[in-house]
Amino acid sequence: MTELNQLTIEQACVGLRQKEFSSAELVSACLKKIKQVDDELKSFISVFPEHALAAAKKIDQAIAKGDELGPLAGVPYAAKDNFCTKGLKTTAASKILENYLPPYESTTTERLAKAGAVLIGKTNLDEFAMGSSTENSAFFTTKNPHDYSRVAGGTSGGSAAAVAADEVVYALGTDTGGSVRQPAGFCGVVGLKPTYGRTSRAGVIAMASSLDTISHLTKTVADAALVLQALAGRDDHDSTSSNLALDDYSAAMKKSVKGLKVGLPKEYFEVEGMDPEVKKVILSAVKKIEELTETPAVPINLMAPDYALACYYLIMPAEASANLARYDGIKYGLSLVGNDLLDSYLKTRGQGFGPEVKRRIVLGTFALSHGYYDAYYKKACQARALIKKDFAKAFSEVEIILSPVAPTVAFKIGEKSQDPLSLYLADIFTVPMSLAGVPSLSVPCGLVRDLPVGLQMVGKWFDEKTILRLGHHYEQSRK
Amino acid sequence: MEILLMFLDSKQIDHLAKLARLALSQKEKELYAGQLAAVLEYFKKLQALDTVGLEPMSQVIELKNIFRVDEIKDCSPDTQKKILENAPGRTGQHLKVQKIL
Repeated sequence: MTELNQLTIEQACVGLRQKEFSSAELVSACLKKIKQVDDELKSFISVFPEHALAAAKKIDQAIAKGDELGPLAGVPYAAKDNFCTKGLKTTAASKILENYLPPYESTTTERLAKAGAVLIGKTNLDEFAMGSSTENSAFFTTKNPHDYSRVAGGTSGGSAAAVAADEVVYALGTDTGGSVRQPAGFCGVVGLKPTYGRTSRAGVIAMASSLDTISHLTKTVADAALVLQALAGRDDHDSTSSNLALDDYSAAMKKSVKGLKVGLPKEYFEVEGMDPEVKKVILSAVKKIEELTETPAVPINLMAPDYALACYYLIMPAEASANLARYDGIKYGLSLVGNDLLDSYLKTRGQGFGPEVKRRIVLGTFALSHGYYDAYYKKACQARALIKKDFAKAFSEVEIILSPVAPTVAFKIGEKSQDPLSLYLADIFTVPMSLAGVPSLSVPCGLVRDLPVGLQMVGKWFDEKTILRLGHHYEQSRK
Repeated sequence: MEILLMFLDSKQIDHLAKLARLALSQKEKELYAGQLAAVLEYFKKLQALDTVGLEPMSQVIELKNIFRVDEIKDCSPDTQKKILENAPGRTGQHLKVQKIL
């Protein structure tokens, strides 16, 4: 029998409305699962049982009274611990924010609350969302539910593991260079990174502001469409959020995929370090998609993804080094008092930040420093313009681009932690889309040595509906 | 402009760490010097791209002239209290900081 915590959003919404079970029961089932597995799995930094049950009971009362319900009413979710939640601890998995209580709420969690969603806890991540495995969390490493000796991916590894292990129905993440798509791929769940500007960044702890994209992880593509509908849209608190009209994602998703033109960039299959078994699984998924669309996939050319990776690892640390300047030990967070103000800054930041964060701050400071700015940062921003053009050209030929999410399956905990460059390579297929700002969906497409493989579907700017449509039809065909 | 291959020694790391207001141990400096040199070596790839005359792109969706009314909005006393409670050092309604001059 299916336990309540194993339900999808769609199933939970039906069950709640038909009064088969209550929101309090659904939330309790998730809390029970968390209690059972999370001591070892370590998806969560904080769990809020009282807060969640109180919110669930409110929804149950509304259901009993026959009130109009929000689209996600009564369904529990988890937020990555870099979403500010008013009065609830928000750490970014950093010692520098270990006890931070935000005085305000992020737009995203506020929109979910309006839709009736119930926040159950906050999930683990790489410190300040810097990493690819959650091994950079200042607190602990999240394990992969499919194999506890392996990473869940990162940086939204806690969210991916929580959804994959049925600790929660869905979860929020942030995707700056692949931080939702890659852990979704590693854990075998669906991850959607919308177009940059489709969702609001307000109230989410900033890493690289021109890349950070509010994203989510779900058990099905249909659920991804439901959450997007609740999150998307212009927000006055984020001037980079777009006011373009939204689509009806759930309706658009069901339309036929016949005749849909997908492209296959050969550069994304010839990368050094690519696991041949992963490639095989991806190519058989492409075959399946050709059957669904009744149209052969078109070979296309994209710039080799290693250019994007080089570009990304300049732009991201540069923006992060500026964003993280705000942690000075004065307004909030860890504060270590030294001999004078400068000494206090040095101590607070030197001890408050972990190794990867300091490494990126140093790298970013270098890229922006006098004498190197033109050769590094400016060159990377010019390369970024080329990458965007390259995608625009590809999208003049096809509607969707298919690629692997990552070159390998989930790697062993500790395997790459001493070699930052090899860890950065885990993002090679996801950073180009982040630089271009295009929407991308990670969909489970098979197993290699019993570990999940993710297929990436990339769409045109603001065309989330088409990747959701293909994702949904592909997912249905695998049942 | 050509990308120079930088060899970062621990003295240069020291300088950057000061600019970024980070106290690093000697061990950290040496470790980062080696690791960052490997990352900078990877950046040499970008040299192969012809970017002459290209406008550097800092944001992707090309929104322009996003304005809002410049108005003062009230902050509730409760929010004010919560903001102040987060400050490590304070005196009454003020943040306490070390002497600057």
